[in-house]
Amino acid sequence: MNDLQTIWVYLSASPLLHLTLTLIAFQFGMLCYRTSGFNPMLNPVAIAVVLIVSILFATGTKYETYFDGAQFVHFLLGPATVALAIPLYRHFEKVRRSALAIVSSIVVGSMTAALSAMGIAWLLGASQQTLVSLAPKSVTAPVAMGIAEQLGGLPSLTAVLVMVTGISGAMLGPPLLNLLGVHNWAARGLAMGTASHGIGTARAMHVNEIAGAFAGLAMGLNALATAILLPLLLQILF
Amino acid sequence: MLGYLTLIFSCQLIGELIVAATGLPVPGPVIGMALLFAGLSIWGSLPTELAGVADHLLANLSLLFVPAGVGVMLHLSLLGRELVSISVALVASTVITVAVTALLMSKLSEMADKPTVDEDKPDGDAA
Repeated sequence: MNDLQTIWVYLSASPLLHLTLTLIAFQFGMLCYRTSGFNPMLNPVAIAVVLIVSILFATGTKYETYFDGAQFVHFLLGPATVALAIPLYRHFEKVRRSALAIVSSIVVGSMTAALSAMGIAWLLGASQQTLVSLAPKSVTAPVAMGIAEQLGGLPSLTAVLVMVTGISGAMLGPPLLNLLGVHNWAARGLAMGTASHGIGTARAMHVNEIAGAFAGLAMGLNALATAILLPLLLQILF
Repeated sequence: MLGYLTLIFSCQLIGELIVAATGLPVPGPVIGMALLFAGLSIWGSLPTELAGVADHLLANLSLLFVPAGVGVMLHLSLLGRELVSISVALVASTVITVAVTALLMSKLSEMADKPTVDEDKPDGDAA
């Protein structure tokens, strides 16, 4: 028992434990996702997050301790975003041909995301600070947090909302698009990237590379569009 | 391979520097993506090894969101009082955004595809 205690103290202080936990939880998520035939409702990020959060709560581990290990995975998010240039380059001919359609759809999508989220929350009686924190939720996390801070929202609340938006878009987006009869990969990817940033892009990339290219592009352009337009929109609204 | 990994990191680093210097409202890696894309367009072709490195990174893109996702545990209490209004607003708004963006994009690209034939590149067998 005492030995076990010593081993636990040693392991829980080393980054290896939580790095390994992250990889195992994600692969478990992928296993569920794959055996279901890539059912979007069994999103591997969602499964891994629920699993890890439960384990951390059960063992009384702080997020900071967990992140000491998981940061090595987190770090690769930046280079992976840069790497989205490759699918974009491969399919650029397709992008160039519909540049105007892309920009218009993303600008409309960006404003739809902010207005619908704020409108619904306002009808349900949310406070103004919550409304402002909700507005940039479809934008990739670092930008969304910056926007929320600038406009008087709570950046940490926005970070959570961004994550939940990403996961719910990745889960609900594909069945919705099937229901609507949208079979165009470009339109599907663009919608996933606009509504649910990187997590939507990851899901799009699993399914089709053209969808992934358009999703990555939409994620970048939506960040830009929202950062520019949202302050103007809020000035009109409040 | 190491060379191309360095190239990707350098694009991100330059992106971060540009953001820090100009205060652009876009994250460094997104600028890095634009830089790498511009570089490839100037270079005129995609080196196979670079494609390999990028494809490896992107094959596991979902994994990279897990640590940030776990961060939700820190802020569960923030959601607390307004949990219902926030979750309804989030899910409904996400669904609406996916629908609006996808329908608009497929309408607009249909319109762009049909009436005008592409000037510089006549497509033989347009589907």
